[in-house]
Amino acid sequence: MTDENGIEVKGLVREYKKGPRAVDGIDISVAPGEIYGFLGPNGAGKSTTVHVLTTLLPPTAGTALVGGYDVVKDGPKIRGLIGVALQEAALDPLLNARDHLRLQATLQSVPKEQRDPRAEELIHRVGLVDAADRKVSSYSGGMKRRLDLALALVHSPRILFLDEPTTGLDPQSRTDIWNEVALMRREAGVTVFLTTQYLEEADVLADRVGIIDAGKIVAEGTPAELKAEIGRPSVHAIPRTEDDRPKIAAFLAQFGEPLASTRDVAVRLREGLGLTDIVRAVDANGVDIADLELHAPTLDDVFLAKTGRTLEGAAEEADTVEQEKRRR
Amino acid sequence: MSTATTQVGAIARRSIVRTSRQPASIIPPLIFPVALMAVNAGGLASSTELPGFPTDSFLAFALAVPFIQGALFSTMNAGTDIARDVQTGFVNRLALTALRDWALLSGQLAGIVVLGVLQVVFYIVVGLAAGVRFESGPAGIAVLLVYGALVALSFGALGAWLAYRTGSGETIQALFPVLFVFLFISSMNAPRNLIEVGWFQTAATLNPVSYMIECVRSLIITGWDWQALALGFGFAIVLGVVSFWLAAGALRTRMTRT
Repeated sequence: MTDENGIEVKGLVREYKKGPRAVDGIDISVAPGEIYGFLGPNGAGKSTTVHVLTTLLPPTAGTALVGGYDVVKDGPKIRGLIGVALQEAALDPLLNARDHLRLQATLQSVPKEQRDPRAEELIHRVGLVDAADRKVSSYSGGMKRRLDLALALVHSPRILFLDEPTTGLDPQSRTDIWNEVALMRREAGVTVFLTTQYLEEADVLADRVGIIDAGKIVAEGTPAELKAEIGRPSVHAIPRTEDDRPKIAAFLAQFGEPLASTRDVAVRLREGLGLTDIVRAVDANGVDIADLELHAPTLDDVFLAKTGRTLEGAAEEADTVEQEKRRR
Repeated sequence: MSTATTQVGAIARRSIVRTSRQPASIIPPLIFPVALMAVNAGGLASSTELPGFPTDSFLAFALAVPFIQGALFSTMNAGTDIARDVQTGFVNRLALTALRDWALLSGQLAGIVVLGVLQVVFYIVVGLAAGVRFESGPAGIAVLLVYGALVALSFGALGAWLAYRTGSGETIQALFPVLFVFLFISSMNAPRNLIEVGWFQTAATLNPVSYMIECVRSLIITGWDWQALALGFGFAIVLGVVSFWLAAGALRTRMTRT
């Protein structure tokens, strides 16, 4: 049995009847009080994993313990200790925030005398005081997300699942959600399992990150560890004209391995080399370059290194496959 | 109050609040059946002169129809609401709470029953205001309220089954005319023994909706007709039990939580 606030997954598989394995034998271990970022493009298997861990889908194979309970055998117990905000903020457009919170509190068996005070506390906490009595149909995307988060917290869960909580939100709303998630962990020690397709979100929020692609975990560790795996920075040269591109590419190739880029000419630097080495060589050889930039490794570089694609490219690929399916 | 009762109450309250905020769900079930009754009462008033017609007031004869027609509207509204919950993922939100399957279904149906009884009160008030005399008296009116609740429950369960089975509000709305066929091929406009077209009389005799209408009608124009009451209550109970059983199965399939 895992710790009462942790998540332990071994060899988890989820197959759909007509399709490939959405989740293909993943192992995950989330420590109590940890924020675990589950990063991957659309269709990678993130939401399916969340559905299995929150007892909405039975696994095809493997085991998963949430808060020490088995997702197959102990569904009701798990549902009592987790809070969940799924990808679509499933709200009733005809109810207001107070109606939602009271309903959720009742169904989560919050004692009657605590329901209204708890609803008020959460309305203040997620900044919906002015909109609390308005129908949800009039809410913006950010307001809906904040209410969804408040609903997930109504029974003070020990483990929180957030499935792409900021997708489609404006930067301010996104920052609000990040602050709230960080606050919950800091003040209440809540364990957070957060799926995202945003590198920045995983980088800012998560203690550890698991990168999933095509149902398999391709990398796992702290953001710093993962970036350190890639190790070396890249240098990006911006040509003055398109005609200069081949010449600059040939010149930079002596300093490291070329990287695919449409905007500029880029190489991942060999061990021991820095930006100053490149600048000196450019000067010495009179190479004409509009600008030169040094990029520290990002999680996208990690994704590229592990899958051969950028996260953005993988998302577009997934979207194309989805559109093809719809056309058929 | 037990946890289960509290859960049923919370879901029922939501169902009522939702409906109260959608005038389009309240007004048609009240107005359309009464309007149809008024049109029929105007156009078919001379039917009462047929030998063997059970009353000299066609309005009293026709007043039974809104009870069933209103319940059909409730079926569609309940089904569409539940289907919307499936489509938006709200059912998943409910599945992630401690809510029991049967409590969800019972709560949704309890809300429909409350609204169904309010509809019946409206039809009774309209009938009384139009001068209809209820032969079964105040006790009969009380039985009408109980029967209205039962019919709303039975048809509501049918709507819930269709909604959980299909998960599509559009499909529920497409099925609505099919349900209305049962109303029109019944004894809604004439007593079965006075229907002269053979196939129509057979269809009306085989149609359970005829017996539901005749149950209500008997309390208005006859008094206490125990056979009509037994058939009306019997068919409504059978429809309710079968529909609830089907709806519970469809809900279990829909809420595939472990």
